[in-house]
Amino acid sequence: MSDQIPETSNQANSQQHSELRDYALYSVLRDAVSDVEELPDGLMRLNLGPSHPATHGILQNIIDIDGETIVRARPVIGYVHRTFEKLGEAYTYNQFLTCTDRMNYISPPMNNVAWTTAVEEILEIKAPPRAQVIRTIINELSRIADHIICNGILGVDVGGYTGFLYIYHFREAVYNIMEKMVGARLTTTFTRIGGLEMDIYPDFVKDVKKFLKDYPAILKDFNTLLIHNRIFIDRCKGVGAISAENALAWGYTGPNLRAAGVPLDLRKDSPYLVYDQVDFDIPVGFDGSVYDRFLVRIEEMEQSMRIIRQCIDNIPEGPWAIDDYHITMPPKEKVYTSMEELIYHFKLVMHSIKVPAGEYYSAVEAANGELGFYVVSDGTEKPYRVHVRRPCFWYYQSYPELVEGGLISDAVAVMSSLNVIAGELDG
Amino acid sequence: MRGLRPEQNAELMENIKKKFSNDILHMEENRGMVVIQAKKENFLTLMKSLKDDKPFMFDTLMDLTAVDYSGVKDIRFEVIYMLFSSKTLSRIRLKLSIAEKENAPSVINIWKGANWPEREVFDLMGIRFDGHPLMERLIMPDGYIGHPLRKDFPIKGLGEDYLIESILMPVKNEVNLKKEGSK
Repeated sequence: MSDQIPETSNQANSQQHSELRDYALYSVLRDAVSDVEELPDGLMRLNLGPSHPATHGILQNIIDIDGETIVRARPVIGYVHRTFEKLGEAYTYNQFLTCTDRMNYISPPMNNVAWTTAVEEILEIKAPPRAQVIRTIINELSRIADHIICNGILGVDVGGYTGFLYIYHFREAVYNIMEKMVGARLTTTFTRIGGLEMDIYPDFVKDVKKFLKDYPAILKDFNTLLIHNRIFIDRCKGVGAISAENALAWGYTGPNLRAAGVPLDLRKDSPYLVYDQVDFDIPVGFDGSVYDRFLVRIEEMEQSMRIIRQCIDNIPEGPWAIDDYHITMPPKEKVYTSMEELIYHFKLVMHSIKVPAGEYYSAVEAANGELGFYVVSDGTEKPYRVHVRRPCFWYYQSYPELVEGGLISDAVAVMSSLNVIAGELDG
Repeated sequence: MRGLRPEQNAELMENIKKKFSNDILHMEENRGMVVIQAKKENFLTLMKSLKDDKPFMFDTLMDLTAVDYSGVKDIRFEVIYMLFSSKTLSRIRLKLSIAEKENAPSVINIWKGANWPEREVFDLMGIRFDGHPLMERLIMPDGYIGHPLRKDFPIKGLGEDYLIESILMPVKNEVNLKKEGSK
């Protein structure tokens, strides 16, 4: 470069810029494979992702194959990292709620419930019964939406597109209910510390009942299309299996652990909301394979509907947020007319909620497993440190163990059956 | 955390005290959960025993993270381990103080699930783990400078201009690429 005449024109700059970009793209790939040793003779290296229709999110897998057999798999993550834990140190406890929307973006209301439950446990308050029941219903609706995506797309990935078209419509129905409720489909932020932001809309019960009436028939059609389908069974049964002991050692939780035969569920083991007042069963599988994970999720959808059926007619009357204006916003009409409420409003907006100093851990059962929050508070309105135990992050690291030795076509089936959500994986 | 069984804690604390009185600095009960401040010596023996031995049976490493206490505590970092037993459903939290530029012992041979979380702690907090087979960045790009979750890392970043070229293209790769180009 040194013996060339330096060019200063814009064209030269843009050319240099595009060369730089080429280098950068090349070096991204180099970075990604830098920890993988030289490819032995006879093997082929396949780069699945970061942006690939079969990966459902921005995550990458570098797979070495011998013929059609996977010899080595290396997941590369971090493409959607937004450092929410750092942001949490700059946000107040209510503001951090918006970050939780964007973690598991398939079932955001469940993350909202998890964070508010954690903070309420720290503050030792309890949301009013009406809020608890509404939270439970929304929680289970979003669990159904999450499992619809996982199971529907698993069908697509192994070549059964039709089932997906039947079932996906009902994920839309859940999102429509959320849209009517809070005005957003994905960034819901529907809870507040101490209750809900607002009451349910008048037709909420009607809409949920319509969902409960229509969905079981379609779920039955979906099951008919896939569960007893010879091709689907051949692609899934025994594929990507994991033993119970192994799953526990990897830190599995949720449906993936239950598919391996361990009946652990935080809704039963340490109940929150109204889960101790409703009847439901915990489905378990046998060998933790793709097929068992699929069946566990199907049965969990049935159980979720069972929970909603018990709750929907029994939403108690009353307030939807606690009556403590140090924690929840006072109603607007009082703020405009009364001095005291105006001061509370101002204090809450400007100074937010102060949380007693200490270290706390609280977890709930999200769609993918144990979603936990470890909060270190120094007594101010912002957390000193907030750490999120993201279920995806713990079980996805076992991906190489599940696929190595299997066929290349199984790699995609295992990935979709684990339900890896890039936003939750990277944090 | 709710759902813990505080009535079991007295027995658990008694058992731990009997067995590992030399390996722990401090033990307390925090909202129904037993919290142990462990010593770095014999830490792996303590963890192995907590996993395998009869009264404990903590077969799952539920969470692993670290906190930066710079300016608050004498020893800068604390690595947090949260254990869970699928047999007794009890939980326990261990804390290990790690000074700056000091390495923590890796528990990957006890729970294999510690693989990525330890790499994440190294990546974002800058604590190295001895005995980990691949102590490399997991989430940030390989050429990234600094550890974002440290308290002295500004939330706005270190003044990068956020061009993909400057973040993702470390100098070493540029040199390598030029060498390859000349071949």
